[in-house]
Amino acid sequence: MRLALRETMIGFRRAPVLSALSITTIAFSLFAFGLFSLVAVNIRKTLRDVESRVEIRAFLADGTPVEVVSAAMGDIGAFPEVSRVEYVSPDSALARARAELGEFKDVFESAFLPASIDVRLREGHRDPTTVRAIATRIKSFEFVDDVRYGEDWVDKLYRIRNIATATGVVLGLAFAAVAIIIIGATIRMAVLARSREISIMRLVGATDAFIRRPFLIEGFLKGILGGALALLLTWIASVVISRNFIQTEFFSRSLASLGLLGGALIGLLGSSLSVGRHLRKI
Amino acid sequence: MIRFQHVYKEYPRTGLALQDVSLFVAKGEFVFLTGPSGAGKSTLLKLTYMEELPTKGDVWVSGVRAKGVTRRDVAKLRRKLGVVFQDFRLLEDRTAEANIAFALEVIDAPRASIPGKVARALAQVGLSAKATSYPRELSGGEQQRVAIARALVNDPFVLIADEPTGNLDERATRGVFQLLRDINASGTAVVMATHNLDLVRRSDYRNIEVNRGQIVFDSADTRNKKLEELA
Repeated sequence: MRLALRETMIGFRRAPVLSALSITTIAFSLFAFGLFSLVAVNIRKTLRDVESRVEIRAFLADGTPVEVVSAAMGDIGAFPEVSRVEYVSPDSALARARAELGEFKDVFESAFLPASIDVRLREGHRDPTTVRAIATRIKSFEFVDDVRYGEDWVDKLYRIRNIATATGVVLGLAFAAVAIIIIGATIRMAVLARSREISIMRLVGATDAFIRRPFLIEGFLKGILGGALALLLTWIASVVISRNFIQTEFFSRSLASLGLLGGALIGLLGSSLSVGRHLRKI
Repeated sequence: MIRFQHVYKEYPRTGLALQDVSLFVAKGEFVFLTGPSGAGKSTLLKLTYMEELPTKGDVWVSGVRAKGVTRRDVAKLRRKLGVVFQDFRLLEDRTAEANIAFALEVIDAPRASIPGKVARALAQVGLSAKATSYPRELSGGEQQRVAIARALVNDPFVLIADEPTGNLDERATRGVFQLLRDINASGTAVVMATHNLDLVRRSDYRNIEVNRGQIVFDSADTRNKKLEELA
């Protein structure tokens, strides 16, 4: 292993510009991916915030007896998807409307707003299908006039999230492929640059696995270094965005290490795909 | 030890390089391989260290059979034989001793054993004083000695030399040839391809002449015939 490491270092030293260039290229392709992931992470965070506000509002028919309402609230509260059930009287509905629509507060003079039951759902049950299902169940209570749950934007939110995730995956795969090709190309150059050593190694009886080792280490190291550089660039970008535009959240520690690991894997994959093919030609 | 049985070697572009070659080299033997350029000497040597495999026929070297041989088998075989070339094939950015040590390192030899073996190999070729010299600081003859030391460091049973004196002047040629004789005297077989017929004539070793891919003369046959006639 020591020899393999030494050979790797010799490879780096012999072609410092090429090595730096390949690390930078890997870094830039991973950086592009990193930027997108940053956007995705922040969209997801926003979605989580917005999602936690998803609620179903069931408007009650006039004159529904309090006992009936509280019994129904007990029933609804017992749904496994429901986290909180709250009764909003016509008065408090009016107060809330006045507070939310301050400039129109004079319009709301009398208690013309119906009473309602506001239902909040547990995390993991805020997707459109569940929301719709619960709303339908609540609507089946006789005394419920109407149910509102912002159908449109629950759907929209989820659509945005799905698109964000899908685009992230597609872009991620595309950039990973680019990085693999780049590493493959640099390993090819490294193999050609060291063809003399390789032929001598073969001549004195080195196995293919032994010959391959320094190149795999090289790819692995370049991947990690490229990943680290990309992480640094993404962090700088997130700081710049936070200072000048909107507050952004950077990757968590585990996500960042996952990025490094991804870089390393890409490096390893790129070099192993390339080295075997080109070694055969020497 | 080395056995060729009706060996044919054909290259896709240049055609037939060897045809119907059969030969046997015994343990500890010294064999010259002569013939004009392009006659097939190098191909024959390449088949010996299994850089090439026969198109037809079969080759056995130290128990390893060319037919069905794996890359791993070839690597293992190469550890038991030494190869030197006309152009030395040394690593320019490493000293003489590093070049020799390289041959041990790449086969994962125990680290502690390397310096002793390298020093012994250098002493064997008479270059102990030049251990830390780089190839460019050495004469052609000295570079070839380093290459021979590298080939010897694993105690091979045979040394395969492809025109080892091709790039050397008269004096260096004599020195390298004497070294090969000494190596042979200590029990290692030597198979040497050469253009230098002087060397062949001045020694009593077996000479196999190759022309157009065929063995056209083998002094062992002549000798055997003579022995038969005498009997």
